[in-house]
Amino acid sequence: MAHVGLTHFLILSAILFSLGIYAIVVRKNAIMVMMGIELVLNSANINFIAFSHFGNYGISGQIVSLVVIILAAAEAAVALAIVLNLFKTYSHINVDEVNKLKE
Amino acid sequence: MNNLSNFIGSLSIIKPEIAIAISLVVVLIFDLIFKEKKTIIPYIGIAGLVVTFFLLIAQFGQTHAGFFTSPGAKIGMFALDPFSTFLKLIIVITSIIVIIMSISSDEIKSVTQRSGEYYTLMFGMILGMMFLTSATDFLLIYVSVELMSLSSYVLAGFLKQQKRPAESSLKYVIYGSVSSGIMLFGISLIYGLYGTTNLAAIASAGNIQGFNYITMTVASILVFVGIGYKISAVPFHFWTPDVYEGAPLPITAYLSVASKAAGFAFLVRVIQLGFATGSDSHGFWEMISGVDWRTFIILIAILTMSVGNLVALWQDNLKRLLAYSSIAHAGYLIAALAAFSNESILAILVYFVFYMLMNLGAFYTVMVVRNKIGSEDINDYDGLGRTSPLLGVVFGIFLFSLAGVPPFAGFIGKLYIFVALVDAKLIALAVIGLLNATLSVYYYMRIMKHMYFNKPNEMTPSIEAPVLDKTMLIILAVPTLLFGIFFQTIVHLAQQSVHLLGL
Repeated sequence: MAHVGLTHFLILSAILFSLGIYAIVVRKNAIMVMMGIELVLNSANINFIAFSHFGNYGISGQIVSLVVIILAAAEAAVALAIVLNLFKTYSHINVDEVNKLKE
Repeated sequence: MNNLSNFIGSLSIIKPEIAIAISLVVVLIFDLIFKEKKTIIPYIGIAGLVVTFFLLIAQFGQTHAGFFTSPGAKIGMFALDPFSTFLKLIIVITSIIVIIMSISSDEIKSVTQRSGEYYTLMFGMILGMMFLTSATDFLLIYVSVELMSLSSYVLAGFLKQQKRPAESSLKYVIYGSVSSGIMLFGISLIYGLYGTTNLAAIASAGNIQGFNYITMTVASILVFVGIGYKISAVPFHFWTPDVYEGAPLPITAYLSVASKAAGFAFLVRVIQLGFATGSDSHGFWEMISGVDWRTFIILIAILTMSVGNLVALWQDNLKRLLAYSSIAHAGYLIAALAAFSNESILAILVYFVFYMLMNLGAFYTVMVVRNKIGSEDINDYDGLGRTSPLLGVVFGIFLFSLAGVPPFAGFIGKLYIFVALVDAKLIALAVIGLLNATLSVYYYMRIMKHMYFNKPNEMTPSIEAPVLDKTMLIILAVPTLLFGIFFQTIVHLAQQSVHLLGL
């Protein structure tokens, strides 16, 4: 059995981060873009917790990730409210078709 | 117990922030109790801001560190220093002017029923910005960036059920949360390298042997994405024109001044406290070796100035034009920072005072015209200078000042930036900045041409601004003129404020 170390966690968080960015860039549905943002935030959380566990940095990293979780929830609430407002105005939430403001 | 007394002892240095938080709660509760008196709410806000202003004046010149996270640390989470107090004063004055703008703005008047929410969110933003200017720990930086961003996302789309505001707040929330997420990832890498999120601890551990510079460079660039988004530096500026155009005008003005001031405080503090190890006798900072911040900053500055000015050339919507012009001004400010000296902080502070006056003034004029004709298109300004002399003259003052023409205040701001650059032997950057300033004259003067040289047509309104607007325009225009000649007071104040905690 291979021992699970810091590298494994870092690779996991790097994959999550890339998937999140990929979702933000490729997806057209606003909700899917928001989910990509959540992936990016959570990949950072994994980093914080892995570093604080394997680097013997005490619990400061875990405290940071707790704060981040709370802020992510607040951000999701605001973002969903804005998407709801968008839906009421445009009757769709396709990010690519929201282009009233000229380029 | 030691932690608790440290915390209570630190409370005294955040009195202005406490005043803002109390005002937020008062506005919110007043809105809930007195449902019929919505028009009083902005005056409560102004009263709270005036109290905060005097608390800040009382703090001016003091230097303290507070909210220590580890025993024996020199610098905690929060720094009270003249630099942050100066920028907080700019933020508070901007907020007062923007609240007065909101009182007379037709866009905000159309939603008087929701003005409680509006001012509560605005105070949330002020609180975030004030903490950001003083934050010396990546955790507090992240929390305050989110606090100010979350409020501004909602404010940008405050006019509900209209297509353009809805789009602007969607773009803002997506760009904003992506860049703050990327910044958080960068912070997590920095935490992995140093085991701390405290900027001072990072600086003191900076020159250890066997250090992974590649990871540090990547992490620094990721953190810069978050900063670059806040100060709308190219290539993180895409949201700026769209959000500025869709948001209500007072909020546009607010984002272009106060939010940018907080972003610059963040940038200066990260570079000066986190990545500089000391300063020599001439005030030049010694940077952590390995990470080439200077090349990076110079590159971003050149890109930001040039893109902002070039794209502004063919904008017909004045809000969009001023958005690109604010990107260009951010470029000059970043260029000033490239000198990496105390002089560059002086240049940034001086520039921000003048930028606040002239940019708020320009947006105020656009708002007065918009209240009358409901449009921000440059062709609707044809002959406006002849039919409404007062508006034409004050708008001219603001535009000449933004272009950096002497004897207006904007010239002095640019002068200090270029002097800082030349003293740091960055002649090439100074020349590029000068060329950009010349380029910017074209699009500012284009507005003047429309106002004075184009014949008024039957659509041209004769605008008699309300007394409140007239007074505010004159209050903003007179200092823009006077500070171009009597700038010593401001420079003297800024010289006293160059001191940052740490070095």
